Amino acid sequence: MRIRHVKLIIMGAFIIGWCGLWPLSSDSAAPGSWLNVVTDIIPLAAAQQRPPSQHPQPQSEDGHLVVQLCDGRTQMEIADVREGEVLPPEKARLVARRLMARYAQQQAKQASKWTRRDRLIWQREQKRLVEEGRRLFHDWKAIGGTIGISCDMCHPDAANTHPETYPKFQTQLKRVAALRDMINWCIENPVKGKPLALDDPRMLALEAYITYQRRGVPLDPGKH
Amino acid sequence: MWPLKWKQREQQYRQERADFFAAVKRLDRRAFLKVAGMAAAVTTAKTVLPPHSFQLVDVVRASEDEKPLFQFAYISDTHLYERRLNERFVKAAMRAVEDVNALDPQPDFVLFGGDLAQLGQPQELELGKQILSELKAPVKMMVGEHDWFLDMGEKWQELFGPPNYSFDHKGIHFIVLMSVNEKDFWTARNMTPMERMKTVAGLDNPIQSRFEVGPEGREWLRRDLANVSPETPIIVFSHSPLYKYYRPWNFWTEDAEAVQEILFPYRSVTVIHGHTHQLLTNRIRNIHFHGMLSTAWPWPYAPEGLPKLTVQMDRADPFDEADGTGDGTVDVYGSGYVDKHYNLWSRNPITVAKAYLESWGKEARPPAPQFPSY
Repeated sequence: MRIRHVKLIIMGAFIIGWCGLWPLSSDSAAPGSWLNVVTDIIPLAAAQQRPPSQHPQPQSEDGHLVVQLCDGRTQMEIADVREGEVLPPEKARLVARRLMARYAQQQAKQASKWTRRDRLIWQREQKRLVEEGRRLFHDWKAIGGTIGISCDMCHPDAANTHPETYPKFQTQLKRVAALRDMINWCIENPVKGKPLALDDPRMLALEAYITYQRRGVPLDPGKH
Repeated sequence: MWPLKWKQREQQYRQERADFFAAVKRLDRRAFLKVAGMAAAVTTAKTVLPPHSFQLVDVVRASEDEKPLFQFAYISDTHLYERRLNERFVKAAMRAVEDVNALDPQPDFVLFGGDLAQLGQPQELELGKQILSELKAPVKMMVGEHDWFLDMGEKWQELFGPPNYSFDHKGIHFIVLMSVNEKDFWTARNMTPMERMKTVAGLDNPIQSRFEVGPEGREWLRRDLANVSPETPIIVFSHSPLYKYYRPWNFWTEDAEAVQEILFPYRSVTVIHGHTHQLLTNRIRNIHFHGMLSTAWPWPYAPEGLPKLTVQMDRADPFDEADGTGDGTVDVYGSGYVDKHYNLWSRNPITVAKAYLESWGKEARPPAPQFPSY
């Protein structure tokens, strides 16, 4: 326990030094004094070639102490410490830990622009549309049918719809047709309904269900 | 009075003679010689009948199936709605009736392969009965799941009788077996009868249970076969295929193995089934299986599990509503095996010959489709 505790203190001090927390304490606020800390870590010659950080210091409206990491973005307002006051070491370590944790969290997000939450939203929306398509596929009334024939009666599990082969030449239509053309053909003919507008949400849902059922099958437009 | 009596005696004689030869054809050579010898001895001793017909006639096994004993026709899976909702299926059923009535000579009987109605409603079943009553030949009815699950077969049985029955015809033992029972999935879900019916009617609806003959049905089958000799050819009519093809669509009988076990001891068994709406062929040991066409619509082949012996019918043309549908006939031979004729309405008919299954697909292969299914 003791060893670990000492380690934490050392690391805490290191982080505080590295991130320029030092100059914020009142007794070492003189300009350039942060450089002294940096020179402990990197050779002076190299350090001199680097311009000092130009991040503007954030100000608290209420006059609280604001602590900022050297990334210039990650910051924290310390509600019970006034600006210019010395942060007690115990508290400084706590602030440093919290800021670094927040910094790490931001870095993890930035490695990929998209989060797990984004993916969950996409999956949920896709599933919702596929389910709606599945419902329409099994309900002749919902797609405007008039003689009790629904899509699934000829296409159980959307079998024999082969969306991966479209667009392709349909001999009977005498032209290259898209999947949605055939969906509308089926709605008009066996189902005896009126064709859907191509941007009808039901059309999108039917396409979503049909293509989802054939996921993983290689695209092969034109195949007969 | 005497001419009538003479006529009866002649009929009796002819019937006895036909029965004798039918029986003789089913014997193996050794048993044949024995029986023929016995017959010769009996006829010589009694001199009741002219001796020539019962003398040693050299009937070779290969010749027993030279020509079919008789023919029956089938109509299946009409899926009728009420006429005012859907006229297409009604017209298709009537077309099948016309086809069968046009057969010359008329078939010995017509098998109706189940799924007369789409949603098991009384009006649908009555309409079906009315259409089938136009048939000139006698009708053997079989039940399908679409006929059953609205009222659990109440109306169907009122119109057509019990779903399990058997009869003998020209030396063949025919069995009509109810194979579309399902374990109760509806009570726990609080389903109305119509919800239950629609669930079963959805081929790809995963909520429902799988088809089965069930313990009671198998017991009935055992009892029915108790007095049937293993040499007697058997033809079974079942709505679902009595084997396992594709579970998600109930192209399937859950207790198929148990049913097959009951049928294995018999010399020849043929199963003619509905439900799959496609050209379908299979053989398991001594059992030959044949599917029936629907008059209403064809079903695509399932993505897996298709029996190796099945030569698929070509893809149905969606632009021709009769394509892939039809009816057919079955030529029954003395052995009990059959030539199965698929009378496809928009194409040339296809025959799956007895020889094809007897040779395990080596001979008499039906025509292959131009395009494989997707």
